[in-house]
Amino acid sequence: MVFLDFEKPLESLFEQLEKIKQVGEQGDIDVSSNIQELEGKIKNVRKEIYSNLTGWQKVQLSRHPNRPYSLFYINTICKKFIELHGDRYFKDDKAIVGGIGSLDGQNVMFIGHQKGVDTKSRQYRNFGMANPEGYRKALRLMKLAEKFEMPVVCLVDTPGAFPGLEAEERGQAEAIARNLMEMAQLKVPIVVVIIGEGASGGALGIGLGDQVFMMENTWYSVISPESCSSILWRSWDYKEQAAEALKLTADHMYDFGIVDGIIKEPLGGAHTAPDEMAKMLKRHIKKVIGELSELSVKDRIKMRIKKYEQIGKFSKKKKNVRVKQGS
Amino acid sequence: MGWFKRLKDGIVTKTSDKKEAPDGLWYKCKECKEATTIKEITENFHKCPKCNYHVRIGSYDYFDLIFDGKTEELFTDLLPEDFLNFQDLKSYDERIIAAQAKTELDDAMSVAIGKVHKKPLVIAAMDFSFIGGSMGSVVGEKISRSVDYCIKHRVPFMIISKSGGARMMESAFSLMQMAKTSVKLSELAKNQIPYYSFLTDPTTGGVTASFAMLGDINFAEPKALIGFAGPRVIKETIGKDLPEGFQTSEFLLDHGFLDFIVDREGLKEKIGDLLTLLPAA
Ligand SMILES: [Zn+2]
Repeated sequence: MVFLDFEKPLESLFEQLEKIKQVGEQGDIDVSSNIQELEGKIKNVRKEIYSNLTGWQKVQLSRHPNRPYSLFYINTICKKFIELHGDRYFKDDKAIVGGIGSLDGQNVMFIGHQKGVDTKSRQYRNFGMANPEGYRKALRLMKLAEKFEMPVVCLVDTPGAFPGLEAEERGQAEAIARNLMEMAQLKVPIVVVIIGEGASGGALGIGLGDQVFMMENTWYSVISPESCSSILWRSWDYKEQAAEALKLTADHMYDFGIVDGIIKEPLGGAHTAPDEMAKMLKRHIKKVIGELSELSVKDRIKMRIKKYEQIGKFSKKKKNVRVKQGS
Repeated sequence: MGWFKRLKDGIVTKTSDKKEAPDGLWYKCKECKEATTIKEITENFHKCPKCNYHVRIGSYDYFDLIFDGKTEELFTDLLPEDFLNFQDLKSYDERIIAAQAKTELDDAMSVAIGKVHKKPLVIAAMDFSFIGGSMGSVVGEKISRSVDYCIKHRVPFMIISKSGGARMMESAFSLMQMAKTSVKLSELAKNQIPYYSFLTDPTTGGVTASFAMLGDINFAEPKALIGFAGPRVIKETIGKDLPEGFQTSEFLLDHGFLDFIVDREGLKEKIGDLLTLLPAA
């Protein structure tokens, strides 16, 4: 098990639990009451730790190496799933996956960022950082979904779009921008769930939808706390402060009206009970797809546009139209 | 002297030049390092007469260069606000006040309606001098309202991009302006109103990854820096020096992301042609 720095009080409890379990297996001493006591303690400590997480701690949880990723969720909640590959122009991006899944009889187009689970697969997935072909694959699949009238579910989990040389050559910016414009008018429902990291344009590139949700221990921001620290504080050491200043947690995003809801995670985070998390995700997606499907295409697009049109905070001064005379 | 006063006197605003020529009379070219008088530069379409370097200019300078004469500024009631109480080494509030004092602008974008060769056009132009031309709620709202205006009056729309990207101090709100502007532009497209995207030095980050790349026609000034990630970040990622000319207008033209590059001297003429050849349907 991997423990994050703020989870340290748990580590020793889990060690004790392991030891007692071993004792129980070896000898004929009854340790069940000790185990029960320890498990109760663990639950209480967890409650204490997780009820007061800072922004930075949530960022850490969203990056927990054991956290479930898109393919786990898709494969767990769909009876059948066919993964589809390639953007049809250049190549198949391994950092964004997609395909058609059957969700209790309802066919759904799933698209999601994908990270790896070990050193090798993390590299293979480019740490969840997509290239332009990833966004173009996503768009191809959305258009396919539109053609066959199936809802789209996007699972967002990326530290950002890949800032590479070839990514620029192939138009990273154009690929993301194109998706935003196309997703605005897509005729089928789009449900977005931030399941881990929601960093900047790389997240938004598959993140525009009718309804957007965040899992409890995820973040959404225009920039990662680290990069924000390096630019505004001119040092990498202010990531905690940057995380607070950016107000990037699900609670904040919900308060701001930028996301439509928060999906609760099991105590201790999604990675402590992945199957339970998948079940909750499934229930949520099904409910939202049901609601969105009742709207007409026209109304749905109208509402989607209205939703984004309203986002922004500014103050207004008195009307003053300035007219300039020709020089 | 405020820009309004200067405009009334018929003097072109030179916010960017003020900074680069402290004595106010001479401009030392960033490119060739030659000194030229401000007057010469101004009369030469804000370009270096020696090497043709396009000096960074502001929104009102572009309005002067492009529009026939009388213009009306639109949506002047919007002001940025530090609604998150964002605090780094400075507060966002302090940054806003300082930027407004320095530039005499409200935010990083001004919108005006005018005529180009007698044809109406709405231009939304960015000011790099205002917090790096960063995109926050005011920029998004101005684009949003411009789109509504253009649909209502069936007038073509042009954005002049000049931006370091998103405004971090508005956090996710700034990110969401990418979505907001793209969504609005999709409505413009649905109404068959042309959108000309003009990219100038520099156009990077969330601005490139939203409205700047979404023109029916994308065109740029020569040698402008245009990209998604900044050159420094890419260099750190790949651990190598970047090739000569990487992320320039010419590079983007070659890679298929721009329709053409236009010298500032021929800018007005070109826009006039666009309004003739690609008007509202
Ligand atoms: Zn020069």
